[in-house]
Amino acid sequence: MNALVIAALLLVLLTVSYQVGWSRSRKLADGKDTRLHSRPIYHGVLAALFAVLPAIVIIGLWALFSQSVTNSFILAQLPAEVAQQEPFAVQSAIARVQAIASGYGVIGEPTAAETAAASAYASFQQLSFLGVIAAAAALGAGGLFWAQRRIAPRLRARTEVEIFVRLALIACSTVAILTTLGIVLSLLADALRFFSFINPLDFFFGTTWNPRFQSAGTGSAGEYGLLPLLWGTVMISIIAMLVAVPIGLMSAIYLSQYAHERVRSVVKPIIEILAGIPTIVYGFFALVTVGPFLSGLGEAIGIDIRATSALTAGVVMGIMIIPFISSLSDDILGQVPRTMRDGSLGLGATQSETIRKVLLPAALPGVVGAVLLAVSRAIGETMIVVLAAGNSPVLRANPAEPTSTVTVSIVNQLTGDADFTSPQSLVAFALGLTLFAMTLLLNVLALYIVRKFREQYE
Amino acid sequence: MDVLAGKVKVTSKTLDQTMKPAELMDHPIRLSARDVTVHYGEKQALHGISIDIPDRAVTSFIGPSGCGKSTFLRCINRMNDTIEGAKVGGKIELDGEDIYSPDLDVVELRARVGMVFQKPNPFPKSIYDNVAYGPRIHGLAKSKADLDEIVVSSLRKAGLFEEVKDRLSEPGTGLSGGQQQRLCIARAIAVGPEVILMDEPCSALDPIATAIIEELIDELRENYTIVIVTHSMQQAARVSQKTAFFHLGNLIEHGDTEDIFTNPVNKQTQDYIMGRIG
Amino acid sequence: MTDTVLPGAAAGAQNRERVRKSLSRRHRNEILFRWAGILSIAAALGFVAILFGMILSKGLPSFWQSTVHVEAFFDPELIEGGPRPVLADFPSPADHQQAVNEWQRAVTLSNWNRIVETALRAEAPDFEIETRDLLELVTSSARFQLRDMYFANPDVLGQTMPVSILASANTDNWLKGTIDRSQPDERQQLAATTRTLADQFEENGTISFDFAWHIFTNVDSRSAPATAGLAGAFMGSLYMMIVVIVLAVPIGVASAVYLEEFAPKNRLTDLIEVNINNLAAVPSIVFGLLGAAVFINYFGLPRSAPLVGGLVLTLMTLPTIIIATRAALRAVPPSLRQAALGLGASRNQTVFHHVLPMTYPGVLTATIIGVAQALGETAPLLLIGMSAFIANIPAGPLDSATALPVQIYLWQGNENRNFFEARTSAAIIVLLGLMLLLNAIAIFLRSRLEKRA
Repeated sequence: MNALVIAALLLVLLTVSYQVGWSRSRKLADGKDTRLHSRPIYHGVLAALFAVLPAIVIIGLWALFSQSVTNSFILAQLPAEVAQQEPFAVQSAIARVQAIASGYGVIGEPTAAETAAASAYASFQQLSFLGVIAAAAALGAGGLFWAQRRIAPRLRARTEVEIFVRLALIACSTVAILTTLGIVLSLLADALRFFSFINPLDFFFGTTWNPRFQSAGTGSAGEYGLLPLLWGTVMISIIAMLVAVPIGLMSAIYLSQYAHERVRSVVKPIIEILAGIPTIVYGFFALVTVGPFLSGLGEAIGIDIRATSALTAGVVMGIMIIPFISSLSDDILGQVPRTMRDGSLGLGATQSETIRKVLLPAALPGVVGAVLLAVSRAIGETMIVVLAAGNSPVLRANPAEPTSTVTVSIVNQLTGDADFTSPQSLVAFALGLTLFAMTLLLNVLALYIVRKFREQYE
Repeated sequence: MDVLAGKVKVTSKTLDQTMKPAELMDHPIRLSARDVTVHYGEKQALHGISIDIPDRAVTSFIGPSGCGKSTFLRCINRMNDTIEGAKVGGKIELDGEDIYSPDLDVVELRARVGMVFQKPNPFPKSIYDNVAYGPRIHGLAKSKADLDEIVVSSLRKAGLFEEVKDRLSEPGTGLSGGQQQRLCIARAIAVGPEVILMDEPCSALDPIATAIIEELIDELRENYTIVIVTHSMQQAARVSQKTAFFHLGNLIEHGDTEDIFTNPVNKQTQDYIMGRIG
Repeated sequence: MTDTVLPGAAAGAQNRERVRKSLSRRHRNEILFRWAGILSIAAALGFVAILFGMILSKGLPSFWQSTVHVEAFFDPELIEGGPRPVLADFPSPADHQQAVNEWQRAVTLSNWNRIVETALRAEAPDFEIETRDLLELVTSSARFQLRDMYFANPDVLGQTMPVSILASANTDNWLKGTIDRSQPDERQQLAATTRTLADQFEENGTISFDFAWHIFTNVDSRSAPATAGLAGAFMGSLYMMIVVIVLAVPIGVASAVYLEEFAPKNRLTDLIEVNINNLAAVPSIVFGLLGAAVFINYFGLPRSAPLVGGLVLTLMTLPTIIIATRAALRAVPPSLRQAALGLGASRNQTVFHHVLPMTYPGVLTATIIGVAQALGETAPLLLIGMSAFIANIPAGPLDSATALPVQIYLWQGNENRNFFEARTSAAIIVLLGLMLLLNAIAIFLRSRLEKRA
């Protein structure tokens, strides 16, 4: 409702100010031989910008801060001891007051203080809404007034509008930077809070992962040794690469060097389908098909393979990564100049000798870059391991046993009602930071290698 | 036009000093092509080429670009096999052996008929490994010492050894264009071929590097049958004893270089020599 | 000394001998290598085939579900509350409303199970079975279905109506054989009598396999798994995709335009460039952490809300759109820009009127590919609470909701494995179908737009 009112008011402001700017500038140009620097459209847009932007800023600020302002207002109405409770209890006290004010009612009889707070809150809500609207309208009107006074034939309305546009473009392109910044800062901040509970040395070099749930409530925080998770991650990634690199690379080689154009145009898209399948589907595939198959295979040859194990997760992740490796390698093999191939064939090398001894060495940096990118993908992959790795964070070398990874533990620790205060949930951010650092390193290295490789043949 | 014609005259004089056409008589026919056609898909690129190429002499193919001279050259060591959709008809014999016969191994053929390409294409390996590449894949060297010897003598023959002897382990791609091309020639020689095909080997090089390569070709003539494609008539006149003129996929005329340049029989050849056909 | 490199024909014999000797080994290697390639491709294709084969074979049967067709008698003895209060009988609408509420309460509290039971027994008059076991045959929501029928049309009171009731998940398992029928009684989910009755019903046509429309129209259900559907998850995904499209496309295109057309080439833009390439490769779960820490914890947005999910997915999709748009902008010939600038257009006008329109096919494709990717993303949504069980269709982007891939995650974890393995596969078919549709639209639109351009 409120949002609709605000949107309607903004729309009215927009239309009116645009119209004012447009018609005023038209009038200036009419009949006389004064020439406008900019067409009326730009005057209209400029006026609209002057009027609407300040209003939007006010409303935006309110949207950002209303929650905390409202909360502290409600708290101020309630008895002082309420505010001294646990954060969770404070939250629910506030929620109760809001529920009473909204008229939906609450469980149990509201106390007198609550009722009073609720009515104060209701009027506060109304007043603040009206206040914000009034402030936005006043600023909008002021902006419009100023803008229309500025309208003159010499006013470079188009230039000014273009500066606005440029600024908007710049703002948009900072979103990407802000995202990275947001990732780094939020991970760092919460990881540091985690490290205020747990010694970083115990985290990075601990060999036991056993975060007890807080509800166990013994006061002990649990053990947060990263190494079992890291080892699980590495083991699964290695298995994935053992599956994906040979199959992906050999498919790319065959398709680009041997296959007929017609075969290639059919097979390539089919393999690339694998890249578009959501990872949750792979996870299900691992759980339902690959796990039982591997376990049955193990039984047949007398090895104990668990259905959910590092092996299962690794193999399926490898399948997922095949198209990634094959299309990148295809791309990279395609960049090795044809003359190189001809040179080798002209000396009497067979095609496979040419590929193994000339093309691949020439493409090696690119392929290495591709594999690094794939490794970074494998490390960060979540759903397959959540479903198929068996969630057993124990340090052991046997890939046929269940294991756990960094990503699985992030999901485990942060799903459910996370309150962001206990080490149990904060550890997810320390894990996230580790994961982010590892993938960032791999990505930067891989992108650098690939870029150098490309430059070599440009 | 006149300038061009004049130049040709000058160079044809130098030719006289190198070898008389009559001497070619004791050079037996090494390669003979009969009615060779090439199709790229629907398009016919060569129309019935028949030519004999003598042993231990330089034969050059000239003609405007797109005339089929490179296509024909690539037929001689079956490099056209590597192009999808290319179909070769007719017969080419090397020492009386049909090179398109199903019994013939193309790997063995290419070991006997080496090729040097238009753009120098050293492998991204060291100079040594570039030259050793062919002997290694073919198993020509019995030992490391053997291989060293092949590499050194091939580089020597290509006139490159003195320039690179201190940096054999550096990448071949670090050499200058002319040196790279000589490296490619050394690489071809190292396999011990009987015939060397050169596809416009100097087109990417500066005049000085070109002169060095041309000198080298003249030296190599003593031991190898050389076929060179060039779009420079001066080069053809300078280095070759036999010349064949291609136009629009046809072999218009071939014979002793001197005859072709001084006394062409065919009108089209004449026009080309005089610079009337681009 | 020089005999290893005998020149020309002199070398012939020796070299040819050595080459020949190496040939058979080399050709064997060639063939091995080639086969390695063929096998790799066969393996990759095989994986695609097995994956799709598994999902289709498991999922398709789930679209046809055992449905019991009975004649339900709306027994006035059992249904309490009498006829629905009529407005005319009351002094004011408020009084009427109150009476209706009371009536509804009474109706709800009636013994609907009894009506279900009677209807079932009518189909097998001589069959001896305990009530509890009999009711196990149909889904536990059968009584709500009859009740809602009655609410919708109170005139059926005292009448007998044909009704199609979903069989329970366990019955469905039994009839489809997704549970091992040879297992002994104590391993079976259903009592022996129920199983026999189910078989009998299937034989006499009381139970048939009908197309399960409710997969598309119902929400998730825990108490009556047979009726669980995807409608809630679908709406959740839809809201998220709307958020993604509304935010990611303008912001992505704007950043691409700025970076490609206006930005000076300096350290900062270099940094943005590297940064975007990196963001494209950051694991999705890290975006989930960002969402949990920033959107939920810091800005206080509600957990489980599609808005938050949409924001997280927007940030993930941005790099895809930016990179694709930049590539499309780069492909616009510079001559076009020079022509426009030469006519006196400003740089803004050049870009927005002439250059940008040329990139629409590319931007569109990238958008759809990005949206398809976002549609299948699961991990980050788990971290922002979208994996909670939600029994309503979300009415807006701030309501609690789940999403299609998360629904798949939830279903695969359901204890009734026999039933939910198939239902999960069915959900996967729906998800993959949607993604396929999106890609088909992308291909179609691109070819249309490119033809026009």
